[in-house]
Amino acid sequence: MAKPTRLAWWHLLVVLAALVVAVVGAVLLGAIDLGWSRVLGEVWAQLTGGRSPLSEQESAILWQLRMPRVVLAGLVGAALACSGATFQGVFRNPLADPYLLGAAAGAGMVVTILVVLTPSATAFLPAAAFVGALGGVALTWGLGRSAGAGTATLLLAGVAVASFLTAVQTFVQQLNTLTLQQVYGWILGGLSTSGWGQVLTVLPYLAVALVVLCSCSGLLDVLALGDEEAASLGVRPGAVRLVVLAAASLATAAAVSASGLIGFVGIVVPHVIRLLFGASYRVVVPLSLAGGAIFLILADIVARTALAPAELPIGVVTAFTGAPFFVLVLRRRQT
Amino acid sequence: MTALRLTAVTAGYRGRAVVRDVSVHVPVGSWLAVIGPNGAGKSTLLKAAAGLVPSAGEVLVGGKSVAALGHRERARAIGYAPQTPSLPDGLTVTDYALLGRTPHLGPLGRESRSDLEVVSGALARLDLSALANRPLRTLSGGERQRAVLARVLAQQAGVLLLDEPTTGLDIGHAQSLLELVDRLRKADGTTVVSTLHDLTLAAQYPDRVLLLDNGEVAAVGTPAEVLTADRLSRHYAASVTVLTAEDGSPVVAPRRR
Repeated sequence: MAKPTRLAWWHLLVVLAALVVAVVGAVLLGAIDLGWSRVLGEVWAQLTGGRSPLSEQESAILWQLRMPRVVLAGLVGAALACSGATFQGVFRNPLADPYLLGAAAGAGMVVTILVVLTPSATAFLPAAAFVGALGGVALTWGLGRSAGAGTATLLLAGVAVASFLTAVQTFVQQLNTLTLQQVYGWILGGLSTSGWGQVLTVLPYLAVALVVLCSCSGLLDVLALGDEEAASLGVRPGAVRLVVLAAASLATAAAVSASGLIGFVGIVVPHVIRLLFGASYRVVVPLSLAGGAIFLILADIVARTALAPAELPIGVVTAFTGAPFFVLVLRRRQT
Repeated sequence: MTALRLTAVTAGYRGRAVVRDVSVHVPVGSWLAVIGPNGAGKSTLLKAAAGLVPSAGEVLVGGKSVAALGHRERARAIGYAPQTPSLPDGLTVTDYALLGRTPHLGPLGRESRSDLEVVSGALARLDLSALANRPLRTLSGGERQRAVLARVLAQQAGVLLLDEPTTGLDIGHAQSLLELVDRLRKADGTTVVSTLHDLTLAAQYPDRVLLLDNGEVAAVGTPAEVLTADRLSRHYAASVTVLTAEDGSPVVAPRRR
Protein backbone atom coordinates (compact mmCIF):
# COMPACT_ATOMS: atom_id res chain seq x y z
CA MET A 1 0.00 0.00 0.00
CA ALA A 2 1.25 3.45 -0.91
CA LYS A 3 2.43 5.54 2.02
CA PRO A 4 2.01 9.26 1.42
CA THR A 5 3.76 12.03 3.36
CA ARG A 6 1.17 12.81 6.01
CA LEU A 7 1.01 13.98 9.60
CA ALA A 8 1.74 11.04 11.88
CA TRP A 9 1.46 10.54 15.62
CA TRP A 10 5.21 10.65 16.03
CA HIS A 11 5.30 14.08 14.34
CA LEU A 12 2.84 15.40 16.87
CA LEU A 13 4.72 13.80 19.77
CA VAL A 14 8.06 15.25 18.67
CA VAL A 15 6.55 18.69 18.18
CA LEU A 16 4.62 18.61 21.44
CA ALA A 17 7.71 17.54 23.39
CA ALA A 18 9.76 20.34 21.83
CA LEU A 19 7.01 22.84 22.56
CA VAL A 20 6.84 21.78 26.22
CA VAL A 21 10.63 22.07 26.56
CA ALA A 22 10.57 25.55 24.98
CA VAL A 23 7.71 26.81 27.13
CA VAL A 24 9.20 25.44 30.36
CA GLY A 25 12.60 26.92 29.48
CA ALA A 26 11.07 30.29 28.63
CA VAL A 27 9.09 30.41 31.86
CA LEU A 28 12.06 29.45 34.03
CA LEU A 29 14.72 31.61 32.40
CA GLY A 30 14.80 35.34 32.95
CA ALA A 31 16.38 38.26 34.77
CA ILE A 32 15.01 36.93 38.07
CA ASP A 33 15.62 33.27 38.90
CA LEU A 34 12.37 31.78 40.18
CA GLY A 35 13.77 28.24 40.58
CA TRP A 36 12.19 25.30 38.78
CA SER A 37 10.97 23.54 41.91
CA ARG A 38 9.24 26.65 43.21
CA VAL A 39 7.61 27.31 39.84
CA LEU A 40 6.41 23.72 39.86
CA GLY A 41 5.07 24.29 43.38
CA GLU A 42 3.26 27.42 42.18
CA VAL A 43 1.63 25.56 39.29
CA TRP A 44 0.63 22.76 41.68
CA ALA A 45 -0.78 25.31 44.09
CA GLN A 46 -2.79 26.96 41.30
CA LEU A 47 -4.21 23.57 40.31
CA THR A 48 -5.04 22.38 43.80
CA GLY A 49 -5.71 25.69 45.52
CA GLY A 50 -2.86 25.11 48.00
CA ARG A 51 -0.16 27.49 49.26
CA SER A 52 2.39 28.69 46.75
CA PRO A 53 6.12 28.82 47.46
CA LEU A 54 6.39 32.02 45.36
CA SER A 55 5.91 35.51 46.76
CA GLU A 56 3.12 37.62 45.33
CA GLN A 57 5.62 39.59 43.27
CA GLU A 58 7.27 36.44 41.92
CA SER A 59 3.90 35.00 41.10
CA ALA A 60 3.09 38.16 39.14
CA ILE A 61 6.38 37.85 37.21
CA LEU A 62 5.43 34.30 36.31
CA TRP A 63 1.79 34.81 35.34
CA GLN A 64 1.61 38.42 34.22
CA LEU A 65 5.01 38.90 32.55
CA ARG A 66 6.55 35.64 31.44
CA MET A 67 3.50 33.55 30.58
CA PRO A 68 1.75 36.06 28.28
CA ARG A 69 5.10 36.78 26.64
CA VAL A 70 5.73 33.09 25.98
CA VAL A 71 2.21 32.63 24.62
CA LEU A 72 2.50 35.70 22.40
CA ALA A 73 5.90 34.59 21.09
CA GLY A 74 4.39 31.22 20.27
CA LEU A 75 1.40 32.76 18.49
CA VAL A 76 3.50 35.21 16.48
CA GLY A 77 6.00 32.51 15.49
CA ALA A 78 3.20 30.15 14.49
CA ALA A 79 1.53 32.86 12.41
CA LEU A 80 4.70 33.92 10.58
CA ALA A 81 5.93 30.40 9.83
CA CYS A 82 2.52 29.17 8.75
CA SER A 83 1.96 32.19 6.49
CA GLY A 84 5.49 31.85 5.12
CA ALA A 85 4.83 28.23 4.16
CA THR A 86 1.56 29.27 2.52
CA PHE A 87 3.19 32.10 0.53
CA GLN A 88 5.88 29.70 -0.68
CA GLY A 89 3.17 27.31 -1.82
CA VAL A 90 1.01 29.88 -3.55
CA PHE A 91 3.89 31.56 -5.35
CA ARG A 92 5.72 28.29 -5.97
CA ASN A 93 8.82 30.08 -4.81
CA PRO A 94 11.02 28.92 -1.94
CA LEU A 95 12.07 32.49 -1.12
CA ALA A 96 8.57 33.86 -0.63
CA ASP A 97 7.95 35.24 2.86
CA PRO A 98 4.88 36.61 4.63
CA TYR A 99 5.91 40.22 3.95
CA LEU A 100 6.04 39.70 0.18
CA LEU A 101 2.74 41.37 -0.64
CA GLY A 102 3.34 44.63 1.17
CA ALA A 103 2.32 43.70 4.73
CA ALA A 104 5.61 44.90 6.23
CA ALA A 105 5.87 48.04 4.11
CA GLY A 106 2.24 48.96 4.80
CA ALA A 107 2.63 48.47 8.54
CA GLY A 108 5.94 50.36 8.55
CA MET A 109 4.48 53.32 6.72
CA VAL A 110 1.36 53.67 8.84
CA VAL A 111 3.33 53.26 12.07
CA THR A 112 5.82 55.91 10.97
CA ILE A 113 3.10 58.37 10.07
CA LEU A 114 1.31 57.76 13.37
CA VAL A 115 4.52 58.22 15.38
CA VAL A 116 5.26 61.44 13.51
CA LEU A 117 1.77 62.86 13.91
CA THR A 118 1.21 61.88 17.54
CA PRO A 119 4.39 60.58 19.20
CA SER A 120 2.53 59.82 22.42
CA ALA A 121 -0.06 57.54 20.84
CA THR A 122 1.96 54.34 21.41
CA ALA A 123 -1.16 52.50 22.53
CA PHE A 124 -2.49 52.72 19.00
CA LEU A 125 0.65 51.37 17.30
CA PRO A 126 -0.56 47.74 17.15
CA ALA A 127 -3.87 48.74 15.59
CA ALA A 128 -2.06 51.03 13.14
CA ALA A 129 0.34 48.25 12.17
CA PHE A 130 -2.55 45.84 11.68
CA VAL A 131 -4.43 48.26 9.43
CA GLY A 132 -1.26 49.17 7.54
CA ALA A 133 -0.33 45.54 6.91
CA LEU A 134 -3.77 44.61 5.61
CA GLY A 135 -3.93 47.85 3.60
CA GLY A 136 -0.61 47.09 1.92
CA VAL A 137 -1.75 43.61 0.94
CA ALA A 138 -5.13 44.88 -0.29
CA LEU A 139 -3.37 47.48 -2.44
CA THR A 140 -1.13 44.80 -3.93
CA TRP A 141 -4.06 42.51 -4.56
CA GLY A 142 -6.07 45.25 -6.26
CA LEU A 143 -3.14 46.31 -8.41
CA GLY A 144 -2.34 42.69 -9.32
CA ARG A 145 -5.95 42.00 -10.27
CA SER A 146 -6.15 45.03 -12.51
CA ALA A 147 -3.00 43.99 -14.36
CA GLY A 148 -3.79 40.29 -14.80
CA ALA A 149 -4.68 37.23 -12.82
CA GLY A 150 -1.40 35.31 -12.50
CA THR A 151 0.86 34.93 -9.50
CA ALA A 152 3.76 36.56 -11.34
CA THR A 153 1.73 39.75 -11.74
CA LEU A 154 0.78 39.65 -8.08
CA LEU A 155 4.44 39.28 -7.10
CA LEU A 156 5.45 42.24 -9.22
CA ALA A 157 2.58 44.28 -7.81
CA GLY A 158 3.87 43.38 -4.33
CA VAL A 159 7.33 44.63 -5.24
CA ALA A 160 5.90 47.88 -6.60
CA VAL A 161 3.63 48.50 -3.60
CA ALA A 162 6.35 47.65 -1.08
CA SER A 163 8.87 50.00 -2.73
CA PHE A 164 6.33 52.80 -2.95
CA LEU A 165 5.16 52.51 0.65
CA THR A 166 8.74 52.22 1.88
CA ALA A 167 9.63 55.34 -0.10
CA VAL A 168 6.76 57.22 1.56
CA GLN A 169 7.90 55.94 4.95
CA THR A 170 11.52 57.00 4.32
CA PHE A 171 10.40 60.42 3.12
CA VAL A 172 8.24 61.05 6.18
CA GLN A 173 11.08 59.72 8.32
CA GLN A 174 13.62 62.10 6.79
CA LEU A 175 11.41 65.07 7.51
CA ASN A 176 11.10 63.99 11.14
CA THR A 177 14.41 62.49 12.18
CA LEU A 178 13.62 62.94 15.87
CA THR A 179 11.21 60.00 15.75
CA LEU A 180 13.80 57.74 14.12
CA GLN A 181 14.59 55.75 17.22
CA GLN A 182 10.98 55.08 18.16
CA VAL A 183 10.12 53.85 14.67
CA TYR A 184 13.33 51.87 14.37
CA GLY A 185 12.71 50.21 17.72
CA TRP A 186 9.30 49.11 16.58
CA ILE A 187 10.49 47.86 13.18
CA LEU A 188 13.19 45.67 14.71
CA GLY A 189 10.46 43.79 16.48
CA GLY A 190 10.07 42.71 20.04
CA LEU A 191 7.75 41.25 22.61
CA SER A 192 8.81 43.33 25.59
CA THR A 193 5.45 45.02 26.09
CA SER A 194 3.34 41.90 25.84
CA GLY A 195 0.55 41.14 28.26
CA TRP A 196 -2.58 39.02 28.27
CA GLY A 197 -4.50 41.90 26.70
CA GLN A 198 -2.35 41.69 23.60
CA VAL A 199 -2.67 37.91 23.48
CA LEU A 200 -6.46 38.18 23.59
CA THR A 201 -6.47 40.90 20.92
CA VAL A 202 -4.59 38.91 18.29
CA LEU A 203 -5.92 35.47 19.23
CA PRO A 204 -9.24 35.58 17.31
CA TYR A 205 -7.59 36.69 14.05
CA LEU A 206 -4.83 34.13 14.37
CA ALA A 207 -7.18 31.31 15.30
CA VAL A 208 -9.40 31.87 12.26
CA ALA A 209 -6.46 32.34 9.89
CA LEU A 210 -4.48 29.34 11.10
CA VAL A 211 -7.47 27.00 10.98
CA VAL A 212 -8.14 28.09 7.38
CA LEU A 213 -4.48 27.65 6.41
CA CYS A 214 -4.18 24.20 7.94
CA SER A 215 -7.38 22.97 6.35
CA CYS A 216 -6.33 24.29 2.91
CA SER A 217 -2.84 22.81 3.09
CA GLY A 218 -3.70 19.92 0.76
CA LEU A 219 -4.83 22.37 -1.90
CA LEU A 220 -1.38 24.00 -1.85
CA ASP A 221 0.06 20.72 -3.15
CA VAL A 222 -2.45 20.88 -6.00
CA LEU A 223 -1.56 24.53 -6.75
CA ALA A 224 2.08 23.46 -7.01
CA LEU A 225 1.14 21.73 -10.28
CA GLY A 226 0.30 25.07 -11.87
CA ASP A 227 -3.08 26.60 -12.59
CA GLU A 228 -3.98 24.50 -15.59
CA GLU A 229 -3.33 21.15 -13.97
CA ALA A 230 -4.97 22.29 -10.74
CA ALA A 231 -8.07 23.22 -12.76
CA SER A 232 -7.99 19.84 -14.51
CA LEU A 233 -8.20 18.26 -11.03
CA GLY A 234 -11.35 20.19 -10.21
CA VAL A 235 -9.70 22.91 -8.12
CA ARG A 236 -10.30 26.62 -8.82
CA PRO A 237 -6.80 28.05 -8.41
CA GLY A 238 -7.90 31.69 -8.30
CA ALA A 239 -10.41 31.06 -5.53
CA VAL A 240 -7.96 28.97 -3.50
CA ARG A 241 -5.30 31.68 -3.80
CA LEU A 242 -7.71 34.37 -2.67
CA VAL A 243 -8.77 32.42 0.42
CA VAL A 244 -5.31 31.31 1.56
CA LEU A 245 -3.59 34.61 0.83
CA ALA A 246 -6.32 36.46 2.73
CA ALA A 247 -5.91 34.11 5.70
CA ALA A 248 -2.10 34.27 5.60
CA SER A 249 -2.17 38.07 5.37
CA LEU A 250 -4.59 38.28 8.29
CA ALA A 251 -2.24 36.12 10.37
CA THR A 252 0.76 38.20 9.29
CA ALA A 253 -0.99 41.49 10.08
CA ALA A 254 -1.95 40.23 13.52
CA ALA A 255 1.62 39.07 14.15
CA VAL A 256 3.08 42.36 12.94
CA SER A 257 0.72 44.33 15.13
CA ALA A 258 1.78 42.33 18.18
CA SER A 259 5.52 42.26 17.65
CA GLY A 260 6.70 44.53 14.85
CA LEU A 261 8.63 43.07 11.95
CA ILE A 262 10.35 39.83 12.81
CA GLY A 263 12.20 38.48 9.82
CA PHE A 264 13.47 35.06 8.89
CA VAL A 265 10.90 32.96 10.76
CA GLY A 266 8.61 32.78 7.74
CA ILE A 267 11.36 31.48 5.49
CA VAL A 268 13.60 29.37 7.66
CA VAL A 269 11.01 27.40 9.64
CA PRO A 270 9.07 26.01 6.65
CA HIS A 271 12.34 25.01 5.00
CA VAL A 272 13.63 23.20 8.06
CA ILE A 273 10.29 21.39 8.33
CA ARG A 274 10.48 20.46 4.64
CA LEU A 275 13.97 19.08 5.01
CA LEU A 276 13.13 17.10 8.12
CA PHE A 277 9.63 15.84 7.45
CA GLY A 278 8.91 16.00 3.69
CA ALA A 279 7.72 18.49 1.12
CA SER A 280 3.96 17.91 1.07
CA TYR A 281 2.17 21.03 2.30
CA ARG A 282 -0.15 18.75 4.26
CA VAL A 283 2.83 18.28 6.56
CA VAL A 284 4.70 21.54 6.01
CA VAL A 285 1.86 23.92 6.97
CA PRO A 286 0.75 22.38 10.30
CA LEU A 287 4.28 21.53 11.39
CA SER A 288 5.50 25.03 10.46
CA LEU A 289 2.83 26.35 12.77
CA ALA A 290 4.28 24.36 15.66
CA GLY A 291 7.88 24.87 14.54
CA GLY A 292 7.42 28.62 14.28
CA ALA A 293 6.00 28.76 17.78
CA ILE A 294 8.91 26.76 19.19
CA PHE A 295 11.52 28.77 17.29
CA LEU A 296 10.22 32.15 18.37
CA ILE A 297 9.79 31.12 22.02
CA LEU A 298 13.41 29.98 22.05
CA ALA A 299 14.58 33.11 20.20
CA ASP A 300 12.80 35.27 22.75
CA ILE A 301 14.63 33.53 25.60
CA VAL A 302 17.90 34.57 23.95
CA ALA A 303 16.58 38.09 23.30
CA ARG A 304 15.69 38.50 27.00
CA THR A 305 18.70 36.88 28.60
CA ALA A 306 21.75 37.34 26.34
CA LEU A 307 22.41 40.94 27.41
CA ALA A 308 20.16 41.02 30.49
CA PRO A 309 18.84 43.31 31.83
CA ALA A 310 18.99 44.92 28.34
CA GLU A 311 16.98 43.25 25.59
CA LEU A 312 18.15 42.32 22.11
CA PRO A 313 15.69 42.94 19.27
CA ILE A 314 14.17 39.53 18.61
CA GLY A 315 14.53 40.00 14.84
CA VAL A 316 18.29 40.08 15.33
CA VAL A 317 18.16 36.86 17.30
CA THR A 318 16.00 35.02 14.74
CA ALA A 319 18.40 35.88 11.94
CA PHE A 320 21.54 35.34 14.01
CA THR A 321 20.56 31.88 15.25
CA GLY A 322 18.27 30.84 12.42
CA ALA A 323 20.71 31.28 9.56
CA PRO A 324 23.48 28.99 10.90
CA PHE A 325 20.91 26.40 12.02
CA PHE A 326 19.40 26.43 8.56
CA VAL A 327 22.79 25.93 6.93
CA LEU A 328 23.47 23.05 9.29
CA VAL A 329 20.22 21.28 8.41
CA LEU A 330 20.81 21.92 4.73
CA ARG A 331 24.30 20.41 4.87
CA ARG A 332 23.28 17.38 6.91
CA ARG A 333 20.49 16.69 4.49
CA GLN A 334 22.82 16.63 1.53
CA THR A 335 25.38 14.23 2.98
CA MET B 1 -21.23 4.78 -27.97
CA THR B 2 -19.48 8.11 -27.94
CA ALA B 3 -17.23 9.04 -25.01
CA LEU B 4 -16.31 12.49 -26.23
CA ARG B 5 -18.04 14.61 -28.85
CA LEU B 6 -16.88 18.00 -30.01
CA THR B 7 -19.33 20.01 -32.09
CA ALA B 8 -18.19 23.19 -33.86
CA VAL B 9 -15.64 23.94 -31.14
CA THR B 10 -13.81 27.25 -31.46
CA ALA B 11 -11.28 28.12 -28.78
CA GLY B 12 -8.33 30.40 -28.14
CA TYR B 13 -6.82 33.07 -25.96
CA ARG B 14 -7.68 36.75 -25.56
CA GLY B 15 -10.16 36.80 -28.41
CA ARG B 16 -7.79 35.12 -30.87
CA ALA B 17 -9.22 31.81 -32.08
CA VAL B 18 -6.49 29.16 -32.22
CA VAL B 19 -8.88 26.33 -33.00
CA ARG B 20 -11.82 26.93 -35.31
CA ASP B 21 -14.99 24.96 -35.87
CA VAL B 22 -13.68 21.53 -34.91
CA SER B 23 -16.18 18.69 -34.83
CA VAL B 24 -15.13 15.14 -33.97
CA HIS B 25 -16.45 12.23 -31.96
CA VAL B 26 -14.41 9.66 -30.10
CA PRO B 27 -16.06 6.29 -29.39
CA VAL B 28 -15.72 4.72 -25.94
CA GLY B 29 -12.49 2.78 -25.55
CA SER B 30 -10.90 4.17 -28.71
CA TRP B 31 -7.74 6.22 -29.16
CA LEU B 32 -7.69 9.36 -31.25
CA ALA B 33 -4.36 10.96 -32.12
CA VAL B 34 -4.31 14.67 -32.88
CA ILE B 35 -1.47 15.52 -35.24
CA GLY B 36 -0.49 18.64 -37.11
CA PRO B 37 2.39 21.04 -37.64
CA ASN B 38 3.68 23.27 -34.83
CA GLY B 39 1.18 25.94 -33.89
CA ALA B 40 -1.72 24.10 -35.50
CA GLY B 41 -3.70 24.27 -32.25
CA LYS B 42 -3.30 20.67 -31.03
CA SER B 43 -2.73 21.56 -27.37
CA THR B 44 -5.47 24.18 -27.43
CA LEU B 45 -7.88 21.61 -28.81
CA LEU B 46 -7.07 19.27 -25.92
CA LYS B 47 -7.48 22.07 -23.39
CA ALA B 48 -10.82 23.02 -24.92
CA ALA B 49 -11.94 19.41 -24.61
CA ALA B 50 -10.86 19.46 -20.96
CA GLY B 51 -12.76 22.69 -20.34
CA LEU B 52 -9.53 24.54 -19.48
CA VAL B 53 -9.80 27.33 -22.05
CA PRO B 54 -12.87 29.34 -22.93
CA SER B 55 -14.51 27.90 -26.01
CA ALA B 56 -17.58 28.24 -28.19
CA GLY B 57 -19.42 25.25 -29.53
CA GLU B 58 -20.18 22.17 -27.51
CA VAL B 59 -18.09 19.51 -25.78
CA LEU B 60 -20.01 16.49 -24.59
CA VAL B 61 -18.40 13.91 -22.32
CA GLY B 62 -20.47 10.77 -21.75
CA GLY B 63 -23.39 12.65 -23.28
CA LYS B 64 -23.17 15.57 -20.82
CA SER B 65 -22.05 19.08 -21.67
CA VAL B 66 -18.66 19.84 -20.11
CA ALA B 67 -19.67 23.47 -19.61
CA ALA B 68 -22.60 22.39 -17.44
CA LEU B 69 -20.53 20.07 -15.21
CA GLY B 70 -19.16 21.27 -11.88
CA HIS B 71 -15.39 21.56 -11.59
CA ARG B 72 -14.98 18.39 -9.58
CA GLU B 73 -17.50 16.45 -11.62
CA ARG B 74 -15.61 17.39 -14.78
CA ALA B 75 -12.34 16.32 -13.21
CA ARG B 76 -13.81 12.92 -12.42
CA ALA B 77 -14.83 12.51 -16.06
CA ILE B 78 -11.75 13.86 -17.86
CA GLY B 79 -8.10 13.33 -16.96
CA TYR B 80 -5.55 15.69 -18.48
CA ALA B 81 -1.77 15.62 -18.69
CA PRO B 82 -0.17 18.72 -20.19
CA GLN B 83 2.77 18.74 -22.54
CA THR B 84 5.19 19.93 -19.85
CA PRO B 85 3.71 18.91 -16.50
CA SER B 86 5.10 20.53 -13.34
CA LEU B 87 6.50 17.95 -10.98
CA PRO B 88 7.06 19.65 -7.61
CA ASP B 89 10.61 18.74 -6.63
CA GLY B 90 10.33 17.43 -3.13
CA LEU B 91 7.08 15.47 -3.45
CA THR B 92 7.38 11.71 -3.47
CA VAL B 93 5.94 9.67 -6.32
CA THR B 94 3.12 8.57 -4.02
CA ASP B 95 2.32 12.13 -2.89
CA TYR B 96 2.23 13.20 -6.50
CA ALA B 97 0.04 10.35 -7.74
CA LEU B 98 -2.34 10.99 -4.84
CA LEU B 99 -3.04 14.45 -6.23
CA GLY B 100 -4.98 12.63 -8.94
CA ARG B 101 -7.51 11.72 -6.24
CA THR B 102 -8.28 15.41 -5.59
CA PRO B 103 -11.68 15.45 -7.34
CA HIS B 104 -12.72 12.37 -5.35
CA LEU B 105 -11.88 13.67 -1.88
CA GLY B 106 -14.40 14.92 0.66
CA PRO B 107 -14.67 18.54 1.85
CA LEU B 108 -11.80 18.25 4.35
CA GLY B 109 -9.54 16.64 1.78
CA ARG B 110 -8.76 13.50 3.75
CA GLU B 111 -7.87 10.45 1.72
CA SER B 112 -9.64 7.23 2.52
CA ARG B 113 -8.15 3.77 2.39
CA SER B 114 -9.70 3.23 -1.03
CA ASP B 115 -7.96 6.36 -2.38
CA LEU B 116 -4.63 4.92 -1.25
CA GLU B 117 -5.52 1.57 -2.81
CA VAL B 118 -6.30 3.24 -6.14
CA VAL B 119 -2.94 5.00 -6.06
CA SER B 120 -1.07 1.83 -5.10
CA GLY B 121 -2.78 0.08 -7.99
CA ALA B 122 -1.86 2.83 -10.44
CA LEU B 123 1.78 2.78 -9.30
CA ALA B 124 1.92 -0.99 -9.62
CA ARG B 125 0.47 -0.95 -13.13
CA LEU B 126 3.04 1.61 -14.22
CA ASP B 127 5.86 -0.33 -12.58
CA LEU B 128 6.54 2.51 -10.13
CA SER B 129 5.96 0.66 -6.85
CA ALA B 130 9.68 0.43 -6.14
CA LEU B 131 9.98 4.21 -6.59
CA ALA B 132 6.88 5.04 -4.52
CA ASN B 133 8.79 6.88 -1.79
CA ARG B 134 11.38 8.53 -4.03
CA PRO B 135 11.25 12.33 -4.49
CA LEU B 136 10.22 13.30 -8.01
CA ARG B 137 13.51 15.12 -8.64
CA THR B 138 15.40 11.83 -8.54
CA LEU B 139 13.41 10.27 -11.41
CA SER B 140 14.63 9.83 -14.98
CA GLY B 141 12.69 11.27 -17.92
CA GLY B 142 10.85 8.01 -18.62
CA GLU B 143 10.01 7.53 -14.95
CA ARG B 144 8.68 11.07 -14.74
CA GLN B 145 6.35 10.49 -17.68
CA ARG B 146 5.13 7.30 -15.99
CA ALA B 147 4.56 9.21 -12.75
CA VAL B 148 2.42 11.72 -14.64
CA LEU B 149 0.47 8.86 -16.15
CA ALA B 150 0.01 7.35 -12.68
CA ARG B 151 -1.45 10.63 -11.44
CA VAL B 152 -3.87 10.75 -14.36
CA LEU B 153 -4.80 7.08 -13.90
CA ALA B 154 -5.47 7.67 -10.19
CA GLN B 155 -8.06 10.22 -11.30
CA GLN B 156 -10.09 7.26 -12.67
CA ALA B 157 -11.61 9.32 -15.44
CA GLY B 158 -13.18 7.62 -18.45
CA VAL B 159 -11.50 9.98 -20.89
CA LEU B 160 -7.75 10.68 -20.88
CA LEU B 161 -6.36 13.70 -22.70
CA LEU B 162 -2.59 13.33 -23.08
CA ASP B 163 -0.67 16.20 -24.60
CA GLU B 164 2.56 14.83 -26.13
CA PRO B 165 3.03 12.02 -23.62
CA THR B 166 6.31 11.02 -25.27
CA THR B 167 8.01 14.44 -25.10
CA GLY B 168 11.70 14.01 -24.41
CA LEU B 169 11.63 10.22 -24.53
CA ASP B 170 13.92 8.16 -26.76
CA ILE B 171 12.38 5.77 -29.25
CA GLY B 172 12.41 2.82 -26.85
CA HIS B 173 10.92 4.69 -23.92
CA ALA B 174 8.35 6.37 -26.16
CA GLN B 175 7.36 2.96 -27.45
CA SER B 176 6.99 1.39 -24.03
CA LEU B 177 4.97 4.36 -22.77
CA LEU B 178 2.54 4.12 -25.70
CA GLU B 179 2.34 0.33 -25.28
CA LEU B 180 1.44 0.98 -21.66
CA VAL B 181 -1.27 3.49 -22.54
CA ASP B 182 -2.64 1.05 -25.11
CA ARG B 183 -2.73 -1.84 -22.63
CA LEU B 184 -4.36 0.28 -19.95
CA ARG B 185 -7.06 1.67 -22.19
CA LYS B 186 -7.88 -1.79 -23.54
CA ALA B 187 -8.04 -3.25 -20.03
CA ASP B 188 -10.18 -0.43 -18.61
CA GLY B 189 -12.17 0.60 -21.66
CA THR B 190 -10.73 4.09 -21.29
CA THR B 191 -10.95 6.57 -24.13
CA VAL B 192 -7.69 8.28 -25.07
CA VAL B 193 -7.10 11.48 -27.01
CA SER B 194 -3.44 12.38 -27.40
CA THR B 195 -1.40 14.74 -29.44
CA LEU B 196 1.60 13.03 -30.99
CA HIS B 197 4.58 14.41 -32.81
CA ASP B 198 5.93 11.18 -34.20
CA LEU B 199 3.73 10.30 -37.14
CA THR B 200 4.88 6.69 -37.39
CA LEU B 201 3.98 6.11 -33.74
CA ALA B 202 0.68 7.93 -34.36
CA ALA B 203 0.00 5.36 -37.06
CA GLN B 204 0.65 2.37 -34.82
CA TYR B 205 -1.26 2.84 -31.55
CA PRO B 206 -4.28 5.09 -32.11
CA ASP B 207 -7.40 3.86 -33.92
CA ARG B 208 -7.96 7.15 -35.65
CA VAL B 209 -5.99 10.25 -36.49
CA LEU B 210 -7.15 13.85 -36.71
CA LEU B 211 -4.92 16.16 -38.74
CA LEU B 212 -5.19 19.74 -37.60
CA ASP B 213 -3.75 22.57 -39.68
CA ASN B 214 -4.01 26.24 -38.84
CA GLY B 215 -6.71 25.52 -36.25
CA GLU B 216 -9.00 23.61 -38.59
CA VAL B 217 -9.59 19.93 -39.25
CA ALA B 218 -7.72 18.95 -42.40
CA ALA B 219 -8.53 15.25 -42.23
CA VAL B 220 -9.92 12.60 -39.85
CA GLY B 221 -9.80 8.86 -40.36
CA THR B 222 -7.77 5.74 -39.82
CA PRO B 223 -4.00 6.23 -39.85
CA ALA B 224 -3.77 4.70 -43.32
CA GLU B 225 -6.39 7.09 -44.64
CA VAL B 226 -4.92 10.25 -43.16
CA LEU B 227 -1.18 9.64 -43.37
CA THR B 228 -0.56 9.91 -47.09
CA ALA B 229 2.61 11.42 -48.51
CA ASP B 230 0.68 13.95 -50.49
CA ARG B 231 -1.33 15.21 -47.52
CA LEU B 232 1.61 15.34 -45.14
CA SER B 233 3.72 17.24 -47.67
CA ARG B 234 0.95 19.75 -48.10
CA HIS B 235 0.16 20.40 -44.45
CA TYR B 236 3.60 20.05 -42.91
CA ALA B 237 5.48 21.63 -45.81
CA ALA B 238 7.68 18.54 -45.57
CA SER B 239 9.11 16.09 -47.98
CA VAL B 240 8.21 12.55 -46.88
CA THR B 241 7.86 9.05 -48.15
CA VAL B 242 5.12 6.89 -46.64
CA LEU B 243 6.06 3.22 -46.58
CA THR B 244 3.95 0.34 -45.40
CA ALA B 245 5.03 -1.88 -42.51
CA GLU B 246 4.43 -5.66 -42.44
CA ASP B 247 1.26 -5.13 -40.41
CA GLY B 248 -0.03 -2.69 -42.99
CA SER B 249 0.42 0.46 -40.91
CA PRO B 250 2.00 3.46 -42.59
CA VAL B 251 5.62 4.38 -41.81
CA VAL B 252 6.41 8.04 -42.35
CA ALA B 253 10.02 8.63 -43.41
CA PRO B 254 11.48 12.05 -44.06
CA ARG B 255 13.19 12.45 -47.40
CA ARG B 256 15.99 14.84 -48.17
CA ARG B 257 14.77 17.74 -50.30
